Amino acid sequence: MTFGQRVITIALCVLGTMATRFLPFLLFSSKKPTPPYIRYLGKALPSAIFGMLVVYCLKNVDLFSASHGLPELIAVIVVVALHLWKRQMLLSIAGGTICYMVLVQMVF
Amino acid sequence: MDTGSRAGIGAEAGVHTDIETGIGPGAGMRTEAGAGMRTETGAGMRTDVGTGMGAGTGVAVPTDSRPDRREGVRRKALKAAFPHTIPIFAGFWFLGMTYGIYMNVSGFSFVYPLVMSLLIFGGSLEFLAVSMLLSRFAPMQTLIVALMIQARHLFYGIAMLDRFKGMGWKKPYLIFGMCDESFSINYSAKIPEDVDKGWFMFFVTLLDQLYWVTGATLGGILGSLITFDTKGLDFVMTAMFVVIFLEQWLKEKKHYTAYIGLGASALCLCLFGPDRFMIPAMVCILAGLTLFRRQIERAGGLV
Repeated sequence: MTFGQRVITIALCVLGTMATRFLPFLLFSSKKPTPPYIRYLGKALPSAIFGMLVVYCLKNVDLFSASHGLPELIAVIVVVALHLWKRQMLLSIAGGTICYMVLVQMVF
Repeated sequence: MDTGSRAGIGAEAGVHTDIETGIGPGAGMRTEAGAGMRTETGAGMRTDVGTGMGAGTGVAVPTDSRPDRREGVRRKALKAAFPHTIPIFAGFWFLGMTYGIYMNVSGFSFVYPLVMSLLIFGGSLEFLAVSMLLSRFAPMQTLIVALMIQARHLFYGIAMLDRFKGMGWKKPYLIFGMCDESFSINYSAKIPEDVDKGWFMFFVTLLDQLYWVTGATLGGILGSLITFDTKGLDFVMTAMFVVIFLEQWLKEKKHYTAYIGLGASALCLCLFGPDRFMIPAMVCILAGLTLFRRQIERAGGLV
């Protein structure tokens, strides 16, 4: 690839990304009222998205590998338990991450 | 493209980075591949997780001897926003450095990760772009892959339509910088009443991008000089999304949409595999929410 082709490739990545980020705002301008269906989606989507992102983060966990995804399972349980207990976002995240690091470095 | 990140980090990976072939001609749309934010190597730049993440609210804000009101508003928003971004700091520095090192060992100057992290600001695609830059020039394919990997941002935009209203000059930047993490924080954070929402979201986005760009650039400069050994630090991102999911769950009275999101994604993951499940999952989620709209709206409980 020449330098020009590299620049174009990067520019296309930027274009693709920004198209997906800006499109909803371009389609539904803030001047006109948003259609009810889209407003409904705006409210209904986030829970579904966060569920999707959790699955997405865990997508490479191989249940048939040596550890059977146990470190991930245990660490997620720790995160949930800590969070239900203290409801402190940073504590839950730090606790779960440290637990996971200990598990994959020393146990599994 | 776990391949990419995986290869990138391994201390001994050196130049031998098994450059992800997913994008090669013929390989077609191994799109989701790029998403591989999971770096499974003995990684870890000694970021002291303990302090790194536990750090309190204190932000060093330059003190002005004549603080006017606008500055007060900004400072307050920055102070409120910073703690929310601490886990992202840990995750982004880790992943960003990984990405920068990957570019470095693939033979690119640090200017590439600098520019790409600044302008694309989307981890998965940036990892994948490395392999695109190393293969044959294929503009059409590049654009299609970029659109498919980033398609989930369409959902974020729809969810943020109302919240970004009236943000003035900040709005374009908020949309530009709306990566998974900025969106999740900006959507879910309980912003205190007395904190300006626009500035809060602006600082969350800005700090996130700052972490990502500095991490990527440092990685690009230091390259293979860095030896890693904190395996598993990348779990910080998973933990963050679990917490955000849980917070959302606790807030709403009915969980239909959460079930649809989890179920559709898990099902599609099983059916299509980790590299290509996201688009089908998005279609299923959209179909589920549309089919059951009446029931979901009647049940109420949406936040």
